[in-house]
Amino acid sequence: MKKYFNQVKALDGVNIKIEDGEFVVLLGPSGCGKTTLLRCISGLEAVTSGEIRFGQKAVTHLPPKDRNLAMVFQSYAVWPHMKVKENIKYPMRIKKFPKEEIDRRTKETAELLNISELMDRYPAQLSGGQRQRVAVARAIVLEPAALLMDEPLSNLDALLRVTMRSELKKLQQRIQTTTIYVTHDQVEAMTMGDRIAVMRNGRILQFGKAEEIYQRPNNIFIAGFIGSPQMNFLEMSVKRREERLELTSKNLSVICEEERAKHLIDSGIDQVIMGIRPENILLTEEKDCVPVEGTVYFTERLGGETIVHVSTESKRFVVKVSGDAIFKENENLRIYLNVKKIRLFHPETEEAID
Amino acid sequence: MMKKLLIFIVCLFIVLWFCGPVLLIIIAALTPSSEYYDVTRLLPAKLTLEHLESLFVRLNGWKATLISIQTALLSILISFAIGLPAAYVLSRYVFKGKNLFRLTILLTRSFPVIIIGVPLVTLYLRIGIADSVLGVSLAHSSMILPFIIIISSSILGGISVEYEEAGMVFGLTRFRSFIRITLPLALPGFAAAAIYAFVLSWNEVFISAIINLTNRTLPAHILNTAMTSPDYFKFAAGTVMALPAMVFIFFTRKYLMSMWGISLK
Repeated sequence: MKKYFNQVKALDGVNIKIEDGEFVVLLGPSGCGKTTLLRCISGLEAVTSGEIRFGQKAVTHLPPKDRNLAMVFQSYAVWPHMKVKENIKYPMRIKKFPKEEIDRRTKETAELLNISELMDRYPAQLSGGQRQRVAVARAIVLEPAALLMDEPLSNLDALLRVTMRSELKKLQQRIQTTTIYVTHDQVEAMTMGDRIAVMRNGRILQFGKAEEIYQRPNNIFIAGFIGSPQMNFLEMSVKRREERLELTSKNLSVICEEERAKHLIDSGIDQVIMGIRPENILLTEEKDCVPVEGTVYFTERLGGETIVHVSTESKRFVVKVSGDAIFKENENLRIYLNVKKIRLFHPETEEAID
Repeated sequence: MMKKLLIFIVCLFIVLWFCGPVLLIIIAALTPSSEYYDVTRLLPAKLTLEHLESLFVRLNGWKATLISIQTALLSILISFAIGLPAAYVLSRYVFKGKNLFRLTILLTRSFPVIIIGVPLVTLYLRIGIADSVLGVSLAHSSMILPFIIIISSSILGGISVEYEEAGMVFGLTRFRSFIRITLPLALPGFAAAAIYAFVLSWNEVFISAIINLTNRTLPAHILNTAMTSPDYFKFAAGTVMALPAMVFIFFTRKYLMSMWGISLK
């Protein structure tokens, strides 16, 4: 499916299949097209070419009202001239539900979202979190074919956001409605999504389970976008030594496993970008580890964990160790890179090599 | 302390500058004719409604007032019927030449209505709506329409599109979503815009004076009658003309300000 705004390719060939009852997160930086994709699914935006299907039914050219979807907007869009209960009931009235049905569902949903006491208030009299609940209630009360959410938590304060995150996820597990959730927050994506589609420049770069995207990002952008602190990247030369392939950069050298070596030889490059996550660099020697000498540059003590920036000859590595640890600046420190956990990327295409 | 006093004096001066003449006009309108030309008196000993009464009753001012109200209401109706869709498009869509379109709308204001007045008379005579409320209303609409479009589009622009889109996702067509969701939210603003349009039409004198001979609106009627009468009559007419505008503006100034993007807390 494609969507162009005049010459701008907002969505440039997106192909995604979402299973029934799944919680899918569209994740990407601002301007990547994630909201546009959501709006195309909702019908608020017309697609330039391609097709959108719900099950077997093509809905590409149906107006939003006939798609049996519900949406939670970033600004919540709870209608300010209606009381909370009217906001929740109005969509059901439009769809001509019988009156008893409307009352029953409204009551149940209000209880589910803990807003029973707010039913007679106007949206202006609610806090951000309450308004958000009303928006969610209005959406799920319809029992729609799919629930679309456009950064619903981004206007809440940090603490409330964490609470609502788990509540929304639990709610979705309970009602089992297919949900498409747009966010630029990687933590939200990792914690909520059954599967995550990482987007950039109008394309889906990778679509998979959270751990898959975290452990096996298929290009440099995703590897750098997901995970905090960021993955360490280091450009290395590929050298053939006897039967084996060796990656080197100044005083650091890594022997490639057979499998990887095969892929590297196939791609025929002599430079490669190695990525390693901060938690995969250790301070004590273990199996499959390569030692590097360095000095402590800077320490961030977060209480539960400690982030150490270690300068080595080739690169300043960011290392994450659990627990509180104290290092002196310029103190000599030997770090161990877990070779099993490294990712290799093509320096030009930025694609993963595996 | 000095500063406060200074501000007070400046404010007092501004208030007197603007309200003084209005006050004098109102007083003159209520002064009995015997006292009006008495040079020894600055303020009249008693006030009278005599001039207003003769203006409305003897000079048939009530009929002109009625026509003025009809004209203004019809003009508002026409202007909103044409202007609202235009305002909606301006506030909700991005399209090529949008700024040019907006500018063109404003540019129509740089033509004095006088220019279209005379050609309109010949046109109206030909199609048979000369000397009618409809004719003047159409002419007034051409004057009001640009304001309605610009004001309404800024009012609509102030109402989040997401409300309307929510309506569409939850089962309404675009049109019904506008009617059921956006319109109620925009109504106070539109009401203020309508009142502003009312005042514009109410005050317009030239077109109604040349297009209509018998069915004249109040200002055209006054031009014809009171202006050839004694001074206190003119003041009585002036008071009648100014009053609705002042009352309306007073009650809607908050909206008028926000329409132009100025916030008044």
